Amino acid sequence: MNRKIAIAIIAIVIVVVGVFAYLYLSPTMTLVGSGATFPYPLLSVMISHYAQETNVHVTYDSVGSGGGIAALESKIVDFAASDAPLGATDMAKAPGSLHIPETIGAVTIAYNVPGIPTGLNLTGKAIADIFAGNVTMWNDAEIQNLNPNTTLPAKNIVTVHRSDGSGTTFIFTGYLSASSPAWNNSVGQGKSVNWPSPPGSTSLGAIGNNLVAQDVNNTQYTIGYVELAYALQNGFTVAAIQNPSGNWIMPSLSTIQLAVQSAAASTGLPAGNASWANVNLLNAHDPQAYPIVSFTYLLVYQELNVTSGMTHDRAEALVKFLWWVVHDGQQYSPGLEYVKLPANVVQTDEATIQSITFNRQHLPTS
Amino acid sequence: MKISSLEDDLFKILAAVIAASAAVILIVTGYTLFNGALPVLQRFGTYFFTGTQWNPNATPLYPEIYGALPYLLGTLVTAAIALLIGVPISLGIAIFLVEMSPRGLRVPVSYLIELLAAVPSVIYGLWGLFVFRFWISDYVETPLHTYLGWFPAFRGTPFGLDFLTAGIILAIMIIPTVSSISREVIRAVPNSIREGAYSIGATKWEVIRNWVLSYGRSGIFGAVILGLGRAVGETMAVTMLIGNASGSAAMPTSLFKPGQTMSSLIANGFLESSPGTLLYSAYISVGLLLLLLSLLINVIAQVMVTRIFKVKGGAVE
Repeated sequence: MNRKIAIAIIAIVIVVVGVFAYLYLSPTMTLVGSGATFPYPLLSVMISHYAQETNVHVTYDSVGSGGGIAALESKIVDFAASDAPLGATDMAKAPGSLHIPETIGAVTIAYNVPGIPTGLNLTGKAIADIFAGNVTMWNDAEIQNLNPNTTLPAKNIVTVHRSDGSGTTFIFTGYLSASSPAWNNSVGQGKSVNWPSPPGSTSLGAIGNNLVAQDVNNTQYTIGYVELAYALQNGFTVAAIQNPSGNWIMPSLSTIQLAVQSAAASTGLPAGNASWANVNLLNAHDPQAYPIVSFTYLLVYQELNVTSGMTHDRAEALVKFLWWVVHDGQQYSPGLEYVKLPANVVQTDEATIQSITFNRQHLPTS
Repeated sequence: MKISSLEDDLFKILAAVIAASAAVILIVTGYTLFNGALPVLQRFGTYFFTGTQWNPNATPLYPEIYGALPYLLGTLVTAAIALLIGVPISLGIAIFLVEMSPRGLRVPVSYLIELLAAVPSVIYGLWGLFVFRFWISDYVETPLHTYLGWFPAFRGTPFGLDFLTAGIILAIMIIPTVSSISREVIRAVPNSIREGAYSIGATKWEVIRNWVLSYGRSGIFGAVILGLGRAVGETMAVTMLIGNASGSAAMPTSLFKPGQTMSSLIANGFLESSPGTLLYSAYISVGLLLLLLSLLINVIAQVMVTRIFKVKGGAVE
């Protein structure tokens, strides 16, 4: 009996020591990031490929943009991710932070109306009126006039919105504010807004793009807004939105990339350490550009010695990782239905990443 | 072997510290919540408890404002539905298992009921979202709306994500707790009571109703309060099924409306709110309100047990 116990204890000790040795003695570098849920599918694929190539393990906690920004302000993560750029208050709480757009988000308008195929024409104003509860029936004149060749049913519209604070909502409400002055004055743009629900209208809330997509899929006569990846992967019926050139544009990787390219070229992008709060990719000028597009950002401090636990080696690893994300990492985007950064954005990001220092020393990027 | 008095004293101190830690946790939680809630409570005062508007985004026409009344009512309504459906079923299960079932069935059925409690609440939410809500929508809500649509509680086209569905799932979640405690209470009723009742000519149902249940009423009441506590605090399953309305649209004017409870509101929005903002403080205030509601339920239960049932706390009878 005693011998059996001794053998069991020795076996357990060997296993435990082995696990610790594997974890702590192997030459891996770890980096920590947290933030938005939207880029998480792409970041997790990028991270796993990067770990195979370089033995640098990045942990990304998909807690939401707000959680990521809070972590950045407390300086407890190496980088954060946010769908919305930092506002004035957050910039003040995270002085010296840099915005590095790493991929592009687009909001599609998905609907579920039996008999209506994909490609229903909608304008920004019509969408704003629907979500404001002013247009309550599918066969309302405002929608019917945009679609003279389709017979719309006489059914109530049920709108689906995000009930959690979300970067997707931020982009979508920004577009609605730009399309409808009434929306801008009453509801405005934000990660969380007061969704109007006048009598006679119904609005469902759901957490996350996935559940909004589920609700639209499972309930008839609904209309909701979902990120591009979810719409494309699940083959949703989505609306064709009218852009400033007057064309009805369906969301696709190419129409969105055109939007980013043309918006970045025409209005120019700020420097990485400036405020990105006024960067606007909505309603880009290209005739084939999709109008509801936005960046999603990686946020990092320009002087890395303020981050807790940072060392020269980790700072170097972080800079190399960021450089890789905006260059080689972009190859994984199309497979996951994310849009690759166009060349002019990559150039801005390169300058930003090269400005990162540790103890005022610049760091190599490859 | 004599136990030394040093060990005795140490054990006494250790036990006292552990017992005190429960109170300390409660006090620290309450203090943290109150501290975090101060900005909103100072700014909006009683509007927070009586108002219905919830606007996190200040615009030219509408200022930032937070009123938690719809969520408080949402919690109460879903808990009430859960009790109305869950308690009779639980009592029925308990009575069946003790009084009527064949001996061989008792253990398997009790085991199955208790398995219901082992299911994580997020699984209830997922199952509800992908399966159960369609059953409820097609077989319960649509007939109710078609035939009884004039009744205020059944107005509005049902989608399956509303107060009723959330209430039904909560009922399923409280059945194991309420039924297993009630079962023990009913089993603890002395047989002499039953025999006495039979001897004066009572039928089986009369014995159960007039003697057994009334003998165990304070224990059953305790079971119901435990179930109510779970129904009030349940978060994930409710968040997935309640439709997540906000502001005045979340007022429970109909069973078939999407709504919101205090816990589902916090689950929805807290993580994305930035510390230091008024919205962050508003969520903490809703948490404080939820804590106060739970404490109030327990205080009322204590009062009812000691005054109305006239039983000292801790007694089974």
